[in-house]
Amino acid sequence: MEGNPLATLILFHIGPVPISKPVVTTWVIMAVIALVSWLGTRRASVEPSALQSTLEIIVETISDQISAIIQKDTWPYLPLLGTLFLFLVVANLSAVLPDVQPPTGHIETPAALAVIVFLSVHYFGIRKRGIGPYLRHYTQPSVLLTPLNVLSEITRTFSLMIRLFGNMMSHEFVLAIVVFLAGLSKPIFLQSWLPSSSGRRSVASRHDGKLI
Amino acid sequence: MTPEIMSILGAVIAVSFGAIGPALAEGRAVAAAMDAIARQPESAGTLSRTLFVGLAMIETMAIYCLVIALLVLFANPFIH
Repeated sequence: MEGNPLATLILFHIGPVPISKPVVTTWVIMAVIALVSWLGTRRASVEPSALQSTLEIIVETISDQISAIIQKDTWPYLPLLGTLFLFLVVANLSAVLPDVQPPTGHIETPAALAVIVFLSVHYFGIRKRGIGPYLRHYTQPSVLLTPLNVLSEITRTFSLMIRLFGNMMSHEFVLAIVVFLAGLSKPIFLQSWLPSSSGRRSVASRHDGKLI
Repeated sequence: MTPEIMSILGAVIAVSFGAIGPALAEGRAVAAAMDAIARQPESAGTLSRTLFVGLAMIETMAIYCLVIALLVLFANPFIH
């Protein structure tokens, strides 16, 4: 299974729990985001520093975008949605660093994010409308449609997961195929840059006539 | 026909036919958005935001097909 791009690389174990490479990348991304945010807001003042101004611009842009869509006060939703946005931006763009694979290109990170969104949808729905009216909206417009409404909750979560996973994995795949086709003509300094480990190896092993 | 050849053919068919529909749909969506922006340039911001969300929804279908093709190629439960 060495050439399987869908398999994840296990780096080490903590007790019985295997820790894979995407998880470690996620931890590093979380640490970087938290550190930058802490540095920027550590001494928040009315006359902001360059970093604080940058962070304020980012937060305000996200808030404006959300309020343009939901047309309500964005404050209850801004922490979750803004954090998701920042994490996804950093994670998806982390591929530009040499030898880093975006954690969103493996199925477990999108799955975890989709579970968070799935739970928070119910949390915000119940908080906004109360548990009775929230449960009642599943029977709209007709009681007959209740199974379909419940089903749509599950398929929506699944769709969120597959969309992010498919986008990022195909991105990695296309790059790997381009690198493989370019062969020796690509510059040396790009060797470590482009997706080196899983994708290219799988394409190469395909070329040798070994399927899977 | 070996299972390998069959899975390759399955992946090819999934990706090719799965790309036709979303391609046509995205073309129509962008054309309609261009039309609307040409008529009402001041609403370009709202239109493009809605367009991007809609394009992401349409693209989902193509990504489903891609994921299925890759599953068939690399994680096929019927090939060991």
